[in-house]
Amino acid sequence: MRCMDIRKVVQVLEQTAREILTLLQSVHQPSGFKEIPSKCQKARELFCTVRTHLGELKTKFPVDQYYRFHEHWRFVLQRLAFLAAFVVYLESESLVTREEVAQILGIEVVREKGFHLDVEDYLAGVLIMASELSRLAVNSVTAGDYSRPLRISNFINELDSGFRLLNLKNDPLRKRYDGLKYDVKKIEEVVYDLSIRGLSKELEAGGDK
Amino acid sequence: LSARGEGYPRRMKTSQKTDDRDTGANLTSPVMAAFKVFQQELDTKHDKHERLVKLSRDITIESKRTIFLLHRVTSVPDVEEVLTEADLKLDGVRLNIRMIAEELRGEDLHQFHRAFTPGIQEYVEAVSFHHFIRHRTLISLEEINTKLVFVKEPEDTPEGQQPMGTPQVLTFQVTPTDYLLGVADLTGELMRMCISSVGNGDMDTPFQVSMFLRQIHDGFSYIGNTGPYEVSKKLHTLRQSLSKVEDACYTLKVRGSEIPKHMLADVFSSRTAMMDQDEGMA
Repeated sequence: MRCMDIRKVVQVLEQTAREILTLLQSVHQPSGFKEIPSKCQKARELFCTVRTHLGELKTKFPVDQYYRFHEHWRFVLQRLAFLAAFVVYLESESLVTREEVAQILGIEVVREKGFHLDVEDYLAGVLIMASELSRLAVNSVTAGDYSRPLRISNFINELDSGFRLLNLKNDPLRKRYDGLKYDVKKIEEVVYDLSIRGLSKELEAGGDK
Repeated sequence: LSARGEGYPRRMKTSQKTDDRDTGANLTSPVMAAFKVFQQELDTKHDKHERLVKLSRDITIESKRTIFLLHRVTSVPDVEEVLTEADLKLDGVRLNIRMIAEELRGEDLHQFHRAFTPGIQEYVEAVSFHHFIRHRTLISLEEINTKLVFVKEPEDTPEGQQPMGTPQVLTFQVTPTDYLLGVADLTGELMRMCISSVGNGDMDTPFQVSMFLRQIHDGFSYIGNTGPYEVSKKLHTLRQSLSKVEDACYTLKVRGSEIPKHMLADVFSSRTAMMDQDEGMA
């Protein structure tokens, strides 16, 4: 009975997550690059709905049994963490903190305080964003933005070093992390293509200042 | 073009290496600082998980040994002695469970549940087997849980001082699913006990066991597919155990009047051997 209730709310959450994703996907189109701020604004509005539904989800089970039903919302929570991280990256080109994600989703960071964002789910969300950024690097070149791939490259490299600090077990997070090197490689290729053609000169001048 | 193709991957590697050194050295960046925190959090969690797995293994081993010990009741004259010894062993197991409870203090039981569920199931099996031998009834989940309330004595207080506060109470709760799975395993042990008791010329136990098993089977059928997946999986094995016991009782009833008591055991052991063979074929 309780599982049914949880599943229903999770389905609605998945629907909203798909809507946000569709909205953000348009940044990959040439015309979308100019509209990044307005897209982010719209996405943030949709996160209000997410907060409402997550608030509803909290009421469906006792607070101290989070991990009993964790598997039900784990997937969607990772997607939402990814979407929040992506929005924050597009806005400020920085890595979203776990606290920020929790704030955007209207949940807690620490388990003791209630419905929270598990650290592994946050990290999984960040990894999903990494592969989205490698795609963005490719498309920004197509759209004529040659400086963005370099900034993405720096960002992903830092992320990669960060993940290398972790002692991951043989778990799903580890599997996800193993995919990060392909994203790193892809972005490196883009940066290489740009630099060998002198297309990144503009940026180097900008980077010096 | 070919020259570029060759140089390409090498260049990639070197560029990546320098990048690594750059960012690797820069441990003060916000990203690296954040990941340092994640590293600690994950390590703490994994360590706890490992400790729980180890405790669970110890519990499994000791519970299995207790069950083996309990199987001796069919062949020894003094049942009570065996039961007391088993009780002592189970006390040892409970010490391990107490350590699990200590690890879980302030944690969410379900977060680490996977680490210790095998041990707890084995413990439920051992305890319920012990209970059945003594009382011929099924131990309830509440009865199991009341034995898992531990009173922690206040730390050794220096002499002359009053013990501080009241003793802390620590409890461990067996989840309903672990209880069900443990009980499902118990039926296998009961089947073995039934067969071996016939071998020893005990004509009452098999009928008691078959009655008891039938009740458990009815209970599990009542849950059916609505329960957790693992529970419905065990239902099949349970049915097999039940039919073995029912066959045994049948044989006893039919042949009991024809065959002299001292030869019954022989008839029986050859029959179970045949059944085991059938199982191997299937």
